[in-house]
Amino acid sequence: MADDVLIRARGLTKRFGDFTAVDGIDFELSRGEVFGFLGPNGAGKSSTMRMIGCVSPPSSGELTILGMDPAKDGPAIRARLGVVPQEDTLDVELTVRENLLVYGRYFGLRRDVIADRTATLLDFVQLAERAGDQVEPLSGGMKRRLTIARSLISEPEILLLDEPTTGLDPQARHVVWDRLYRLKQQGVTLVLTSHYMDEAEQLCDRLVVMDDGKIAAAGSPRELIARYSTPEVLELRFSLDEQEQAPDKLADVQAARMEVLADRILLYADDGDEALAAVRSRGLQPATSLVRRSTLEDVFLSLTGRRLED
Amino acid sequence: MARGPMAGGLAAGLPASQSRVFAVRQLRFWLVNYRRTWKGSIYSSVLSPVLYLGAMGLGLGKLVNQHGTASLGGVSYLAFLAPGLLAAGAMQTAMGESAYPVLASVKWLKTYQAAIASPLRPVDLFRGHLLFSTLRLVMNSGVFLIVMAGFGAIRSPWAIASLPAAVLTGLAFAAPIEAYAITREKDGSFALLFRFGVIPLFLFSGTFFPVSQLPAAIRPLAYITPLWHGVALCRSLTLGTAQLLPSIGHACYLLAVAAVGVYVGNLTYRRRLYA
Repeated sequence: MADDVLIRARGLTKRFGDFTAVDGIDFELSRGEVFGFLGPNGAGKSSTMRMIGCVSPPSSGELTILGMDPAKDGPAIRARLGVVPQEDTLDVELTVRENLLVYGRYFGLRRDVIADRTATLLDFVQLAERAGDQVEPLSGGMKRRLTIARSLISEPEILLLDEPTTGLDPQARHVVWDRLYRLKQQGVTLVLTSHYMDEAEQLCDRLVVMDDGKIAAAGSPRELIARYSTPEVLELRFSLDEQEQAPDKLADVQAARMEVLADRILLYADDGDEALAAVRSRGLQPATSLVRRSTLEDVFLSLTGRRLED
Repeated sequence: MARGPMAGGLAAGLPASQSRVFAVRQLRFWLVNYRRTWKGSIYSSVLSPVLYLGAMGLGLGKLVNQHGTASLGGVSYLAFLAPGLLAAGAMQTAMGESAYPVLASVKWLKTYQAAIASPLRPVDLFRGHLLFSTLRLVMNSGVFLIVMAGFGAIRSPWAIASLPAAVLTGLAFAAPIEAYAITREKDGSFALLFRFGVIPLFLFSGTFFPVSQLPAAIRPLAYITPLWHGVALCRSLTLGTAQLLPSIGHACYLLAVAAVGVYVGNLTYRRRLYA
């Protein structure tokens, strides 16, 4: 149903002087979806998010959000969006509760409504016992969770998350993922950017791979892996002197593709164990070998020849 | 209104009533923020006029009065100085409320970036902050007038009109300074603004002595500063010497400077926050 398309972009472009940050991208987002922009730093993800957030006018192309035009209806659209920016923008001089109060007031919410929602949201992000504390000394993970709570104070129809776990330690990241997963279960429409393939793979129903301002591929994580990679990947590490000659010796192993990285060699195959047997049969003795399933990292590598997190 | 890609983009066409509501929402943020510091700020807004009027008005004033006060218009030095300090104090309040808080909001705390993700627009943040600055100017100038009355430095019931005059003087600084502060990346330029802007104005715009005492060649420089107009207006009101046309002239000059600041601030806020 056309009504359920919340965001539609056609030829969306953002230029800063001579530099084109977003280069004519098309995408559509439906209600209830978790939609991701996956790509390395500088791919144009944040610029796209700022345009969707109606705080950055597109240079050209069409953008419709909730059936409205950001150029005309910015305030009305933003009233229905929640935003978790890449950098923390909490007021660290205020308390946890005051941050939600101030933000709820920006949306014109009544004090009692804000107080009710604050209690629920602080429970949800596991910060209830810090409600009266100043924000400054909170850990990075707590601040990010508070930012998520803040973005939900207006009960938005679409939640925009720009690199929601960048800069967090692994444990804090898992807590954030868990919360986002719960939001997804509740049917909240999420748009997120990430340069972590595991984040995108776990959370996104559908995603686009962005590189250099363009969309390199689009689909569900599973579709993308099926289309751009093999079911399995064999990772090989060799001793330093063997690593140089290994690619030549591996050239005739039955594999869809071989990627030679600085520290290891990746063989893309339908059956990793079979490929490993073939490697061994050529008299090669890898120092370590690992058979794993393909991930979005492999998709990105196959599409661009580069790794995501470099 | 200008309609470039930056001018119209994302901010166009809200009804005026809605715009006022948005500006007030931002004002409320500053009020929540102010709850942490209001006590200290009240102490200093009382203490500072007491110290200045005591030391300079009474102490230095005694010396000045002995040499005759003809060039002061025949009033005591205290009565001459106090309205000057009222206007100059408004300038300093404006500087304090406008420069660092704006840079902090856009650069250090990034609370402006958080606010523009809500329905509020850059122009609402600008107006909301101007409203808060206005409130602080009313508070500080009001306290100053009360202290002045305590020192017996008020000579006319017209002094009540020096409150809006002082607030207007402050706004003639607050609006342009906010418009400028939002364009900055570092606070270094504020130190320059203090050293080469605020302090020379404080010293040479007629606060401490009549501009007529300056060499004729540099007098016109004093006349074009907003502070001189603010001092002249406030002084004529607290001394009861105000005349209609000069008063309107001073007020219009201050209004014009504030209006230019508001116009430019609309542009610079949008340019900075809607990149």
